Amino acid sequence: MTKQVPIAEGLFTWPSPAPALLASRCQRCGIASFPAADSCMACSGQDVAIEELPRRGTLWTWTVQQFMPKTPYRSNETAQTFKPYGVGYVELPGGVRVEGRLTESDPQKLRIGMEMDVIFAPFRTEDNGDEVINFFFQPVA
Amino acid sequence: MDVAIVGIGIHPFGRTPSRTGLQQGAYAARLALLDAGVEWRDIQFAFGGSASAGSADALVNELGLTGIPFINVANGCATGGSSLISAFNAIKSGQYDIGMVAGFDKHDRGAFNADPKELGIGEWYGEVGLMMTTQFFAMKIQKYMHDYNISTETLARVSEKAFINGSKNPNAWRREPIAVEEIANSTMVNDPLTKFMFCSPSEGGVALVLCRADHAHRYTDTPVYLKAATMKSRRYGSFEVFAPSQALQQVDGPTVDAASAAFEMAGVGPADMDVLQLQDTEAGAEIMHMAENGFCEHGEQESLIASGATHIGGAMPVNTDGGCLANGEPIGASGLRQVYENVLQLRGQAGEHQVPGNPRLAYTHVYGAPGISAVTILQK
Repeated sequence: MTKQVPIAEGLFTWPSPAPALLASRCQRCGIASFPAADSCMACSGQDVAIEELPRRGTLWTWTVQQFMPKTPYRSNETAQTFKPYGVGYVELPGGVRVEGRLTESDPQKLRIGMEMDVIFAPFRTEDNGDEVINFFFQPVA
Repeated sequence: MDVAIVGIGIHPFGRTPSRTGLQQGAYAARLALLDAGVEWRDIQFAFGGSASAGSADALVNELGLTGIPFINVANGCATGGSSLISAFNAIKSGQYDIGMVAGFDKHDRGAFNADPKELGIGEWYGEVGLMMTTQFFAMKIQKYMHDYNISTETLARVSEKAFINGSKNPNAWRREPIAVEEIANSTMVNDPLTKFMFCSPSEGGVALVLCRADHAHRYTDTPVYLKAATMKSRRYGSFEVFAPSQALQQVDGPTVDAASAAFEMAGVGPADMDVLQLQDTEAGAEIMHMAENGFCEHGEQESLIASGATHIGGAMPVNTDGGCLANGEPIGASGLRQVYENVLQLRGQAGEHQVPGNPRLAYTHVYGAPGISAVTILQK
């Protein structure tokens, strides 16, 4: 059976029946950070608590990556199989604006302010067969 | 004690396969010495930087081993600006009378591929394809165009002007004008920015000789005074490159902060500036930086650019040497190129790209990863 591994530890809950992005919230000033960090970028506080970020938000801005990035980009694509991908910041209410890949790459179908859900899906397959799971933002149907 | 720039040198920007980055830096340094009428052994200290072409202090191998302190500066796109601040303070403090600032670089073709680890970001960020400066600039102008009604045509007009100015500058890389329609319709790189709206990594070198202002006339009849040199990093809440997340509440970025600090230091305001060199990593950056540096209101760029105000003969000439769009961006040299151009402008030596009307005050601005900005104000 294929093993699914998260692309980085501590980025989101995995495995989980209802995975979510993880943030650290400063217990002094209340600001949330993604990815979770040991200290607060806003007030330098070091007392932080980990929490799950909301799963739905709105698209704050976006672009489409039309060419294949050089390393450190690491997918299973080649120059021949590369497909452009959307990138955006999604404002997660009460949390933070998180940058991520979008499941949509058609500029005609992306607009600032549209609702997006975070989803967790395979990004690449390792040589040993493991599927590497990443988070993506998907327009709300 | 004021500080004067009394010698300037440049190695043409672009691609020079026959010379290393270091040799391009030495070429610029020799021209700057010649321009100031001094020898390398007269130079008491140096600050310099290069991102991809070796250690700047290796310039002493080319120029001569005189024993001076040569300090390497590495501050991304603000490397030149940070070298200038260091030299400015070294002279202002009274420690030295005359010194050099140098910057050079030689980058591979194609977009920069930054390493997330060097910036304290997880490797996943690069692996999934987010470690791209081009995406940040595209997303920033996308949001800006949405908020302030800036059109795609205005983006194309910025590039059109850059290539017109580049065609007048013998040291520029891109020296052929390109029509607005061709710019707008060229290959899309990161929506809404096309191929001709982005600058490319390139090669080049710049050097400046600086001295205490009361000695300036020993070296030149046309000293240019460094009235301000400032550098700022990002505060919490500004929208910056290489950020896996952004705050819900936005604050002004480092450009706004570096600009206001520079105006305060120089005791002048945006309306006093006669010629502007603003970071134009891509066409949208020039538009946004016009407002962030205080030269217009947000959204006003649409009519200003359409009216030709930012052209060499306009009311606020921007990037008179073609900027990064026409010169490319050798990181270590790019900020100093702007200063070189402004010294030419204030001396009245800019030839075909000279701003009319005897300019007296000139402004430079750089912006780069991971959210830093440096500004200078020069006065003749």
